[in-house]
Amino acid sequence: MVVSCEEVWREISNYLEGEVDASLRAAMDDHLRGCKHCTAVLEGTRNVVQVYGDERMFEVPLGFSHRLHRRLEENMPGSRRSFLGWMVAAAAAVLVAGSFEVARSSVFNRPELRSEHAQPGAGVPPDMLVIVSGDGKTFHAAGCPFIHDKTHIQTIQAREALRQGYTPCVRCMKKYLSA
Amino acid sequence: MPEEVTSLDPPAKLFNEEMLIQRIRNGEHDLFYELIRPYERRVYSAAFAILRNEADAEDVAQEAMLKAFKHIRQFRAEARFSTWLTQITINEARMWRRKEHANMMEPIVERQDEEGNYTPRDFADWREIPLETLERKEVRQKLAEALASLGEKYRETFVLRDMQHLSIEETAKALGISTASVKTRLLRARLMLRDLLAPGFGGSWSSKPFLAKGTKPW
Repeated sequence: MVVSCEEVWREISNYLEGEVDASLRAAMDDHLRGCKHCTAVLEGTRNVVQVYGDERMFEVPLGFSHRLHRRLEENMPGSRRSFLGWMVAAAAAVLVAGSFEVARSSVFNRPELRSEHAQPGAGVPPDMLVIVSGDGKTFHAAGCPFIHDKTHIQTIQAREALRQGYTPCVRCMKKYLSA
Repeated sequence: MPEEVTSLDPPAKLFNEEMLIQRIRNGEHDLFYELIRPYERRVYSAAFAILRNEADAEDVAQEAMLKAFKHIRQFRAEARFSTWLTQITINEARMWRRKEHANMMEPIVERQDEEGNYTPRDFADWREIPLETLERKEVRQKLAEALASLGEKYRETFVLRDMQHLSIEETAKALGISTASVKTRLLRARLMLRDLLAPGFGGSWSSKPFLAKGTKPW
């Protein structure tokens, strides 16, 4: 079997892949031994495959991996970020549950509410420092514009304010109050 | 003798991947990072080969990884994870190109007739490009430019087979074409790249600085 240059070029890729049958391979080898041009094409093509196949050919941009992981993390349920969020939520739940307990334990010796419109402050963290004023009925966060009689204010813990019959301001303590 | 291109992963690696995928499906999502770590470069390079732009390639690589995570339950064990991931990347890159670069011009090489025989243009003695020259950025740059100048269908086929080391069958499946078309495109891509690069290999890549400013390698 004798092959021409054109036939060698047409099969050169399959030759490199090892996908030509034995007789064609033998004929190509025979041709290549006597043809410098085809040998140059074969060697060049083989080298192209080898060079481009090297993993150094493509360099990922600096910080690629970090950005990829961050993107995944933002979109992954149960990822570390979500897990952190879950932990914060769990801690908040424990805190709220704790304050419920405190409120429940003090409800027996708590005086009547100073205002019938006020809401019980069960959701307010008991250790939180709040502001009360002598003739006021509610307790506030520092800086609340609804503090009455700012000349006689006092800073006490929320649990003490509740014990004294103060109720949370529905504005500045809104986030701690149940709907 | 031709060098044999290995397209199969070691069994231990495949087994480990299978285990990881199972655990990720069962809710251990953080293991996904471990699963994709060996393929980050591969996914980026597949996206880059199609889009030829670093920023776009990175966006698409992220999208592809995210999509792989979201659809990990659809992955079937009869395929290799790397092939599946590459397939997702190719699809994402194609979609991206359609959406973002509808007016992008394709290289002239694209318009060549796929069925016609390709005649090599250069028959000069081939000076081998030593692999160590890949450490040089300007060499990589020239190789990337030559690849970028190929038409899309040749570039995609070449990237999947010769750079991502997918088998002929996997490449055909990823591109949605026949294995015969893969072979034809592969032959053309390889010969075209050789022609594009041949005049630049006058020995200069291995010793002297790559090219004098303003000169072309071909």
